[in-house]
Amino acid sequence: MREFETVVVDTDILILGGGMSGCGAAVEAAYWAKPLGLKVTLVDKAAIDRSGPVAMGLSAINTYMGMDGKVTQNPRMPERFVEYVTNDQMGLIRQDLVYDIARHVDSTVKHFEKWGLPIWKDEAGNYVKSGEWQVMISGESYKIIVAEAARSAIAALGDKGQIIERVMITHLLKDEKEPNRVCGAVGFSVREDKFYVFKAKVVICMMGGAVHVFRPRSQGEGFGRSWMPPFVNGTTYALILQAGGELTQMDNTFVPPRFKDSYGPVGTFFLLFNTPATNAYGEAYVGGYPSELDKWAPYSHAKPCPTPMRNYEMILCAKEGKTPYWMRTEKVVERFQKEITDPKELKKKIKEYESEAWEDFLDMTIAGATNWAAHNIDPLEKPMELQMSDSVFIGSHAGSCGAWACGPEDLMPKEYADAFPAQYNCMTTVMGLFTAGCGVGACAHKFSSGSHVQGRIAAKASVKFANDQKDYKPTVSDATINKLKEVVLRPLALYEEKSGYTTSPDVNPHYISPHNFLFRLQKIMGEYIGGWETLYGTSDKMLETGLWKLGFCEEDTEKIAAKNLHELLRAWEAIHRMWVGMACARTRLARKESRWPGYYYKFDYLKLDETKKHFINVKYDVDKKEWKVIERPMIPII
Amino acid sequence: MPSFVINEKCDGCKGQDKTACMYICPNDLMFLDKERMKAYNQEPTYCWECYCCVKICPQQAMDVRGYADFMPLGAASTPLRGTEDIMWTITFRDGRIKRFKYPTRTTPEGSIKALEGFPEAKVEDLANQLLLGEPDIMGVKELPTKKK
Repeated sequence: MREFETVVVDTDILILGGGMSGCGAAVEAAYWAKPLGLKVTLVDKAAIDRSGPVAMGLSAINTYMGMDGKVTQNPRMPERFVEYVTNDQMGLIRQDLVYDIARHVDSTVKHFEKWGLPIWKDEAGNYVKSGEWQVMISGESYKIIVAEAARSAIAALGDKGQIIERVMITHLLKDEKEPNRVCGAVGFSVREDKFYVFKAKVVICMMGGAVHVFRPRSQGEGFGRSWMPPFVNGTTYALILQAGGELTQMDNTFVPPRFKDSYGPVGTFFLLFNTPATNAYGEAYVGGYPSELDKWAPYSHAKPCPTPMRNYEMILCAKEGKTPYWMRTEKVVERFQKEITDPKELKKKIKEYESEAWEDFLDMTIAGATNWAAHNIDPLEKPMELQMSDSVFIGSHAGSCGAWACGPEDLMPKEYADAFPAQYNCMTTVMGLFTAGCGVGACAHKFSSGSHVQGRIAAKASVKFANDQKDYKPTVSDATINKLKEVVLRPLALYEEKSGYTTSPDVNPHYISPHNFLFRLQKIMGEYIGGWETLYGTSDKMLETGLWKLGFCEEDTEKIAAKNLHELLRAWEAIHRMWVGMACARTRLARKESRWPGYYYKFDYLKLDETKKHFINVKYDVDKKEWKVIERPMIPII
Repeated sequence: MPSFVINEKCDGCKGQDKTACMYICPNDLMFLDKERMKAYNQEPTYCWECYCCVKICPQQAMDVRGYADFMPLGAASTPLRGTEDIMWTITFRDGRIKRFKYPTRTTPEGSIKALEGFPEAKVEDLANQLLLGEPDIMGVKELPTKKK
């Protein structure tokens, strides 16, 4: 096979991922590293200007307290946020981590405004809050602005700071003297024949959540129109797992109910415009199944009703055959017509609604706007269909997947301390391995602002770690590096060696393409592990069969072939997705209840069981090829 | 579809090493055929329709056709992105047209200096919970805590 140059990068703080968390980490790491003379390196598989789930933009910042009171409504303090998030996640949450996000998040949003993000304000200069926690923005350039800030901070470090783009990270490096310690990462350039080795004192692994582990609803040209972007492939979870770190709540996948197929956002319609959503017969499905919801009390009785319970009402509605669901955007206009008598005022109000409704889509899900236009639907006149999407691994939205991470010393219950080799905020159960954003589990509702601020929290703690460990030097042998290089590039070598055997390289008995491997994974996940194919239901028997089949996938990772660097990227993305799927299935098998029935439920344990109210964590031993399930208690701080 | 490139308009970014669309695509989809000096989407089924390529193309050679799986043909959302706002033209399948304009940023491009205006970090402050600019930037006197 052709020769790949090995590029070794020595740094102190290695930031993996340049999404919202990574860009937050870059700013904070640069700030604290500068006087200490520490090196900071950020790696992204794309260009940070438009990488991660905020690539397209956003129309709202979903986590903001307004502790200074300068909001149009609902100034809040962290305690109230912790109560809300705890209930939304059906009582299972790391309150110390959630509180930490809440107390810092306003500072990150104030930085955004300073950098140039247009935040909606009233005449007195107060931020427009559309709900309890949401601030409206004109966010087409949200990521560009946040990335520019990250670049400026790294640039301020001179030759001690660098951003390396278009490098896909495949593995973390373990220290050969200290078995539970991470000291770098490896990967490859998707543009040049280069294999990268990063050696560092500390690694912050935050490359987002994962979609396309479960099968998406559209499988033709629309395969890529997942709700979270298709480039979010679970590298964070796979790498932490492979490094021996503990993952938590990997069964708690979020199922976003969104505008059908396009996945246009619903939050602004519900919160800002107070738009009704109905079943096919014009009846509200939310609140339509009170006796069913009683079974998930007390959480289901709280206001607002938890996301998984609202989803469960959609599932119950579907089981009754009462779909399609509709977002009744036209009803908002009817309401204005009743409420506003002055014709000029009414016209102005409708025009404002129209502009804001379209902006909501155009700022973050342009396909949603095109889908309206393609169906000749003017939202002022006609409703648009809703649907529950495919299951998403996300630690930053109304979902709790991620690593079991250390909390801040003034907030974390002491009972959690034993899990960590040292006490640093956002460090995983592996020494020197930090995470943030979708990487931190049991810490839902961070959204873009909370992810950015958690990247900052993790970065400050990482600099402290690197400074405390000034004399530490990574130990990794050349043999390890060479072996990893061979493993990482194997799909290219396999293709080169075997593709000539058949007249068309697309079908060959010696290998499988990354795309077909992914299809196999998605079929197993969807049909056995609780995807939309079974209306999100699974059972121990289904999970056991699914895991048996996933075992063959694991073996066949060695049979994935790649034609070129682009396919090599797809190969490793698919392999990381497989590890995420296995972690999910293991966790679902271990949970003997249905705590979040609108995310997934178990046919054989279709109830809430408060005796099972604990975190279920999984970890994996790479050498022994053994999975371990660990239960951790829920300890409230408020 | 996914994004597509209009043959007549694409100049391959004039033979530079990589095109603007290749630079920006978050999913590594755009590819430059150096013989024809034309870029194309090498894997349309993985396109998120984020329009990053459409917005950045200096020749306005790129557009998006709605996913064939579920979008009837004939509609389009067409952006024109400036330095401080973005204009959208929405064309319905039945020919209706709507236009919208939204702000995108309040500061000049390239003007952000994230660390400027803050005092240099002190090593001893690594031990406390305060991040860059806190607590002043939040408009509160102190960071909330639960420590008794």
